[in-house]
Amino acid sequence: MSYSSLPEDVLEHVFSFVQSDKDRNVISLVCKSWYEIERWCRRRIFVGNCYAVSPRMAIRRFPEVRSVELKGKPHFADFNLVPEGWGGYVYPWIRAMAGGYPWLEELKLKRMVVTDESLELIAKSLKNFKVLVLSSCEGFSTHGLAAIAADCKNLKELDLWESDVEDPSGNWLSKFPDTCTSLVSLNIACLGSEVSFSALERLVVRCPNLRTLRLNRAVPLEKLAHLLRQAPQLVELGTGTYSADLRPDIFSNLAGAFSGCKELKSLSGFWDVVPAYLPAVYSVCSGLTTLNLSYATIQSPDLIKLVSQCPKLQCLWVLDYIEDSGLEALAATCKDLRELRVFPSEPFGDEPNVSLTEQGLVLVSEGCPKLESVLYFCRRMSNDALVTIAKNRPSMIRFRLCIIDPQTPDYLTLEPLDVGFGAIVQHCKDLRRLSLSGLLTDRVFEYIGTYAKKLEMLSVAFAGESDLGLHHVLSGCDSLRKLEIMDCPFGDKALLANAAKLETMRSLWMSSCSVSFEACKLLGQKMPRLNVEVIDESGPPDSRPELPVKKLYIYRTVTGRRIDMPGFVWNVGEDSALRLS
Amino acid sequence: MSPPLLLGVEEEGQSNVSLMASSPSDCISQNVSGLQERNYLGLSDCSSVDSSAASSLPVDNKNKLNLKATELRLGLPGSESPEREPDLSLLSSGKLDEKPLFPLLPSKDGICPGSQKNVVSGNKRGFSDTMDRFSEVKSSVYTEKNWMFSVGPDSESPQSVGQGKFPGNSGMNPMLRPTGAQQAIMKEMAPNALERSRPAANGTHNKASASNNNMSAPAAKAQVVGWPPIRSFRKNSLATTSKNNDEVDGKPGPGALFIKVSMDGAPYLRKVDLRTYTNYGELSSALEKMFSCFTIGQCGSHEAPGREMLSESKLKDLLHGSEYVLTYEDKDGDWMLVGDVPWEMFIDSCKRLKIMKGSDAIGLVELTRSVMKLSRMDKCSLADTKFGRNCNKKPNTIIMVYDHATAV
Repeated sequence: MSYSSLPEDVLEHVFSFVQSDKDRNVISLVCKSWYEIERWCRRRIFVGNCYAVSPRMAIRRFPEVRSVELKGKPHFADFNLVPEGWGGYVYPWIRAMAGGYPWLEELKLKRMVVTDESLELIAKSLKNFKVLVLSSCEGFSTHGLAAIAADCKNLKELDLWESDVEDPSGNWLSKFPDTCTSLVSLNIACLGSEVSFSALERLVVRCPNLRTLRLNRAVPLEKLAHLLRQAPQLVELGTGTYSADLRPDIFSNLAGAFSGCKELKSLSGFWDVVPAYLPAVYSVCSGLTTLNLSYATIQSPDLIKLVSQCPKLQCLWVLDYIEDSGLEALAATCKDLRELRVFPSEPFGDEPNVSLTEQGLVLVSEGCPKLESVLYFCRRMSNDALVTIAKNRPSMIRFRLCIIDPQTPDYLTLEPLDVGFGAIVQHCKDLRRLSLSGLLTDRVFEYIGTYAKKLEMLSVAFAGESDLGLHHVLSGCDSLRKLEIMDCPFGDKALLANAAKLETMRSLWMSSCSVSFEACKLLGQKMPRLNVEVIDESGPPDSRPELPVKKLYIYRTVTGRRIDMPGFVWNVGEDSALRLS
Repeated sequence: MSPPLLLGVEEEGQSNVSLMASSPSDCISQNVSGLQERNYLGLSDCSSVDSSAASSLPVDNKNKLNLKATELRLGLPGSESPEREPDLSLLSSGKLDEKPLFPLLPSKDGICPGSQKNVVSGNKRGFSDTMDRFSEVKSSVYTEKNWMFSVGPDSESPQSVGQGKFPGNSGMNPMLRPTGAQQAIMKEMAPNALERSRPAANGTHNKASASNNNMSAPAAKAQVVGWPPIRSFRKNSLATTSKNNDEVDGKPGPGALFIKVSMDGAPYLRKVDLRTYTNYGELSSALEKMFSCFTIGQCGSHEAPGREMLSESKLKDLLHGSEYVLTYEDKDGDWMLVGDVPWEMFIDSCKRLKIMKGSDAIGLVELTRSVMKLSRMDKCSLADTKFGRNCNKKPNTIIMVYDHATAV
């Protein structure tokens, strides 16, 4: 009996065990009948660039999808490099899905513009809607949230991770009907203004399955204990502001409430933290696996005290107040640590304000055998340190280093950091994501092109000397999907020589580089399956063709140029494409 | 290309890597000829001879520029650095007599090879794209009197935004940053930076391969849009946190405070970081630049530096004709006229900005004036700026609460 004669429903059943998109895509390529069977039973699609495919096309191919994940703006939009109005509107997708996926349950959006209208359409049209995750999104207000709250009867998850929400006064939380008892996860940490505490409390009380609750800053510490006692089953908690007058009754109330939360594994929030109140969480520390202290402006001794009590910690996000000494303590205590992110407390200061150096990272790399994901802001680095880190942790998967001053050399030798990053890519063979900083020549790119065969995302700034650098990356990194470059002397040659490579990638961002307008036009004309978009707020880029293009965003697509480009974005693929603003 | 040899193990002549360190010119010609171009577009028919010939020039120019760039200059206010031409003049001036490597590309002078771009963008600042970044340059020492928008009697020139030379464009163009000017700022800041820290760094001026980093000590923290890569959410959160703590002790502003700015009639809004300004003059000047595009229409005009001044003053006049008024929405959701409260108070309460047509704002103006008169707040220099009040039309949308009309 050959595989091709298996009945369809058997195949479908087999396929249902295959969740990964990659594997599903491979299955669909085996033969026509497998393609057909697979597409009818795919339940989840991920579209990494919302402009790569049209909603209609997606719905047509996968008619029975229950979960959609979309990403909009390029990653550098996080750092204000993409002007407002660039795009990433979700409305066309929602409109299409309202008709095409009436049973849609989950929608996860990242860096997209979501309007109240979109949210209202979701609430009205999708009867089985359960999960809404809006990560770094914008364009909506609490009016839209009210619609979701009121009409999504089976809502399980509402997550507004770091979104920009307009907050007109309005008591949207109370729009959750009394019959809503299905909430499992609520993240409103990004909301700027107060929410009605009583509505919040009532909601928490009637949702026995609530596992994740991330409060916003406006929720006062005095009220936290009360909430915790209503929801001792919480697994993930984000506090509101973590400061209050120093009163023993508040403290003991809080400590008691925390001690009742036996399931707590993740803590976050801690805005405006008063160190005296930190010991209130000590009772849950032994079970914590995730700790986000990246808004907690407390000093190293307090941080050490806290972290030293969390032996099961797997993920720590913290400010550089932790300093090298704190990282040493971390390395000594948290042997299970997988992910470390150290954010700068004063990134725009002229001088270092804390004693956090490359040593801290080296210590963690030595002491934490499972460390695989690092985001580290610091002010100095050396090749030696990087080589040590690379040799210590060959299992590193994500390594993002941000030395705050652009083009900082190795502080010991004053050499570029090529060799250090070279060691990272050479030893960490499974590296998927890399962000470079410091003084770097073309050499580092040669290393990357040679060794970083599994690298999927590379972020580069103020690095390299010539087109050769870009050429190394484009020609050598076999798995590259996303490349984002700012302020590097990369120009036309490498781009044009590797034009076909761009079709194998999701996107390429280049800003403040040396790509000429002519090269962009050429690329756009020759590569119909790429959208070559030039972003220029000062006027049509062909009016000053001798100047390098300011911002360039190239992505592969099967739908051609997008129709929602604002006046400052030019698709330079077609001869008649240039519009005057 | 053979894989580079890592970590100190060297074999002569085998890898490009070891050669790279020797000298820039060797490096470039060697590497260019070793460039394996995937001839996808049938573009690269040029011989390596051409390549080497072409690329030797930029090296010379680069070195030339390097020397200039390493001159320590004081950069006193009012001083000009004419030789610090921005990128464009370099590109278009034909100093580079260079054939582009892709014959299909139009052979304009201005197509700069990567190595040329090197010098400018490598020095701490490449291009920058938005006003935010410019205004974040923290070197109030190096303000330029001949900068375009002098806003009012008590306003200094805005935080140093350069030397008044835009690459060929109308100076109104906020988007096109004069890299040269910015570079000049970098150089000018360098003396301080060098003195203050890392004296050993001077040695690297002569390191061969690190051609990017002519200024080895990083120039004093000129802020760049997009760098360091920190999300606005985090920046704003930290900013508010620092404000709440009482320990500011004279340190520079704790991060950013981004608010949206919209303008009547403009197709899209912008974001500005209020913390990068210290008074209303700076803010209004920055906004002028940012939105001047819309005021004067097409900003693509390609003007030689000499003619910049003309358009600057033209714009000044236009705006002094006070067609626009700057308003803001405060914490309570009320729209107020910008400029009537002390700056610190304004920053605290401002949630968004809007540049309104003067005719729409006349009532708002009178209202605010009345309110402020009653509360006896200090008037601000904005009163004297081009965001003035010479509109004589009746209000149509603003509700007048106070009955008396303030003479405008």
